[in-house]
Amino acid sequence: MDTQIWTYIIVGATFALYVAVAIWARAGSTKEFYVAGGGVHPIANGMATAADWMSAASFISMAGLISFMGYQGAQYLMGWTGGYVLLALLLAPYLRKFGKFTVPDFIGERYYSQTARIVAVICALFVSFTYVVGQMKGVGVAFSKFLNVPFEWGVIIGVGIVFFYAVLGGMKGITYTQVAQFCVLIFAYLVPAIFISIIMVGTPIPQLGLGGNLEDGTSLLLKLDELSRELGFKEYTTSHNGKVDLFFVTAALMLGTAGLPHVIVRFFTVPKVRDARKSAGWALLFIALLYTTAPAVAAFARTNLINTVKNKEYAAVPSWFKSWEQTGLLKFEDKNGDGKIQYYNDKNAEYVMSVARPNGWNGNELTVDKDIIVLANPEIADLPAWVIALVVAGGLAAALSTAAGLLLVISTSVSHDLLKKWLMPDISPKKELGAARISIAFAVIIAGYFGINPPGFVAQVVAWAFGLAAASFFPAIILGIFSKRMNMQGAISGMVVGLVFTGAYIIYFKYGGGQPEDYLFGISPEGIGTVGMLLNTTVALVISRLTPAPPEEVQDLVENIRIPKDAGDAVAH
Amino acid sequence: MSEKNLNEYWKRNLRYLAILLGIWFFVSYGCSILFVDALNNIKIGGFKLGFWFAQQGSIYVFVILIFIYVYLMNKLDKEFGVDED
Repeated sequence: MDTQIWTYIIVGATFALYVAVAIWARAGSTKEFYVAGGGVHPIANGMATAADWMSAASFISMAGLISFMGYQGAQYLMGWTGGYVLLALLLAPYLRKFGKFTVPDFIGERYYSQTARIVAVICALFVSFTYVVGQMKGVGVAFSKFLNVPFEWGVIIGVGIVFFYAVLGGMKGITYTQVAQFCVLIFAYLVPAIFISIIMVGTPIPQLGLGGNLEDGTSLLLKLDELSRELGFKEYTTSHNGKVDLFFVTAALMLGTAGLPHVIVRFFTVPKVRDARKSAGWALLFIALLYTTAPAVAAFARTNLINTVKNKEYAAVPSWFKSWEQTGLLKFEDKNGDGKIQYYNDKNAEYVMSVARPNGWNGNELTVDKDIIVLANPEIADLPAWVIALVVAGGLAAALSTAAGLLLVISTSVSHDLLKKWLMPDISPKKELGAARISIAFAVIIAGYFGINPPGFVAQVVAWAFGLAAASFFPAIILGIFSKRMNMQGAISGMVVGLVFTGAYIIYFKYGGGQPEDYLFGISPEGIGTVGMLLNTTVALVISRLTPAPPEEVQDLVENIRIPKDAGDAVAH
Repeated sequence: MSEKNLNEYWKRNLRYLAILLGIWFFVSYGCSILFVDALNNIKIGGFKLGFWFAQQGSIYVFVILIFIYVYLMNKLDKEFGVDED
């Protein structure tokens, strides 16, 4: 059977599975809709959190990014895992004890302020929308590449599936579907990685294979350093760029992870405080399965790719090369007309003078899109057709599970935080559930529309989502738990300063023509959230000491969330 | 729970947090970023140690830290009688 048919079968089977799970796990109440009834087992919640967290970017793009960044790729590996330590130790147990549905709920009650709640809702909506549109685009790309469906129809099919199980099941349906999606995506990621590890370094464990020896006895990483040098690139395993930016970007990703509403809300779904702690551990363990495999995939693919193309006759390249050329992800242009592929770093002036010119090379002739590393990896390693189909199904699982989690945050923000808590406080639970369903339906459709016509800011998901989450939610929640003295005035002014500073910096350098030379201390917009977080914290602490202490009942609330006893259910009040 | 007990419980919690987050900071920002060049002079198997921390080791440590925290807090909760059973 060819790849096309396998892809239809496997993608079709996984979609049928998601729909079946969704029907089984329908939501009957607002509590089931918002937090899955608060009765999800910690391991199941860990899997769901992992699927929720690992998006199309983690599954498809990350290994490719690392492949081209080498050591520097650590900013994503650590940045997107280290935040779970902060979540588990500083946030999850206390928010579970607090026992409400959303992050704006916590901000609103802890800071006894409708303004604070509304600022939080707006941030949650903006962050989640930026994030979800990227996922929808990923779904469209996967469909159009592998199933020969036009891009728009790809998005519409994806939207239809999410629509079905999110509207029907709410958090409950989404959680159990995500458990299934996690299994699909991790299987799809590990199978090709294990095969390739066996082929290249003779061990079935990619994490060990990364430090293994190639057939000729040289170490893989040493070989990769050597190949990189030969082509004028920087050594794969050593650090080159400034450490300041690496430090700040890693920190912004960690702090942002711990402040993203769609991640935090997952810890409202478990029965007990104890389970919230444990669940964060399981989630990170499941995430680590993929995140420790990714650097191995990156190194294998980079070595394979260089060996396949380095100064080879174009006429003699393997068939996968030609088929990926058609997609435009791989481009070859014979600049010096010698019929061979010259792939090297033509930005390296010294290399160009000493190696490229004397050899008659007229510039780098091969352009490789980073996404190809995961997508084409099975073909490059000559794996069977069903493995390639599996990778497609895995990528779709990653994109759909993340999209569903984000859409739930969006709909909850509208029906619970805006309607129930602000505009229509007298709304009945039944009507609130109806409103939640309607708003998730709208959110899905709007996300689908923007997936087809993405607005400009969406390409900057990392800078926006993580920067704003780090600069606003993270400090506001942490201070709300760990500083009893923190009051409304401090928290609001902190959030406003953090948001304005971070937002202005991102806008200036991403859209306003700011140049990298002018970065503050050399910190890129992706890392500026860390500075925003520090500003927020400082302002909040200073202002709170200059203004009256929070009311007695709020101080009691803080005392109460610090101890696990009598957590009770996540209550609708 | 009495005021004094609550303070003691919270203090112990904060001490655990300081130690665990200290380790968290040390492996991720220390071993993997600030001291990476020095650690790269040490080889473990086919890995330079600094590179290994940056792309593998720190993630393993993160997972272990959370489970240690779970263990410590469950014990602490029992000791102070604030567990949920």
